[in-house]
Amino acid sequence: MIQGIPLEHFLIVSTIMFFIGVCGFIIRRNLITMLMATELILNSVNINFVVFNRYLFPDQLQGHFFSLFIVGIAAAEASVAIALIINIYRNLQNIEVENVNEMKY
Amino acid sequence: MSMNVMMFYLFAGIILIFSLLSITTRRILRAAVYLLFVLVATSGLYFMLKYQFMAAVQLTLYAGGIVVLIIFSILLTSHITHRFKRPNLTNLLMGISVAVVGSGLVIATLLSHHFEVGSTNELPVDMTVIGNQLLSTGKNGYVLPFELISILLLAAMIAAIIIAKKEKNKNSEI
Repeated sequence: MIQGIPLEHFLIVSTIMFFIGVCGFIIRRNLITMLMATELILNSVNINFVVFNRYLFPDQLQGHFFSLFIVGIAAAEASVAIALIINIYRNLQNIEVENVNEMKY
Repeated sequence: MSMNVMMFYLFAGIILIFSLLSITTRRILRAAVYLLFVLVATSGLYFMLKYQFMAAVQLTLYAGGIVVLIIFSILLTSHITHRFKRPNLTNLLMGISVAVVGSGLVIATLLSHHFEVGSTNELPVDMTVIGNQLLSTGKNGYVLPFELISILLLAAMIAAIIIAKKEKNKNSEI
């Protein structure tokens, strides 16, 4: 643990970051910026896992490993999402969310 | 104020300011660069918590891998001079109210809860410990999620290649 920093300060930082990500997910209409907002959300959850592990259970490594796995899953998700976005761009010539519902028909 | 505390607040300020900028800027490439700053500052927090391996993974995979992938896809799909339209008012109000109400609720909850800080000795996190625990099947072993994530990464790689592949002679298939 870091001397002089209570656990709550980390949690407040990661909470605000999480809700900034949620807000960005709602107000943006572009697929890539929405993907970036989800990366912010995943990153804030990672901070929570690591900090809980270091402060509450410093003799174990569960939070450390789970945030490692979350980073791996985020990489997989980003690669598939970007492949989809490039394919959508090839068909529709833009990547705004409003236009994607053409895929329904 | 000691150096540790100062560095923590510096990183926290960088994270908050640049994540806010990354969702409010109207140029998409700048948003990606601000996201890069956020991820690097997060890895600084991991270094301060003495999880060196986690910080290195964060730097190489997130800051080195995902951000570069996002920047490449931005360059492939949009013009560099393109600016977003301003979001319409209902969306803006919805997003801001969700963020304010949600973060207020969560912060109030976690400030009213008392966390019992662990008193046991810190486990030194070096590569031997990480490698042993990641591949052991006994207590504190993580071999099952390790194998699962390897299959997931293989599936994601195949899926990404197949989805993004250009279709050749489209007419002959129909």
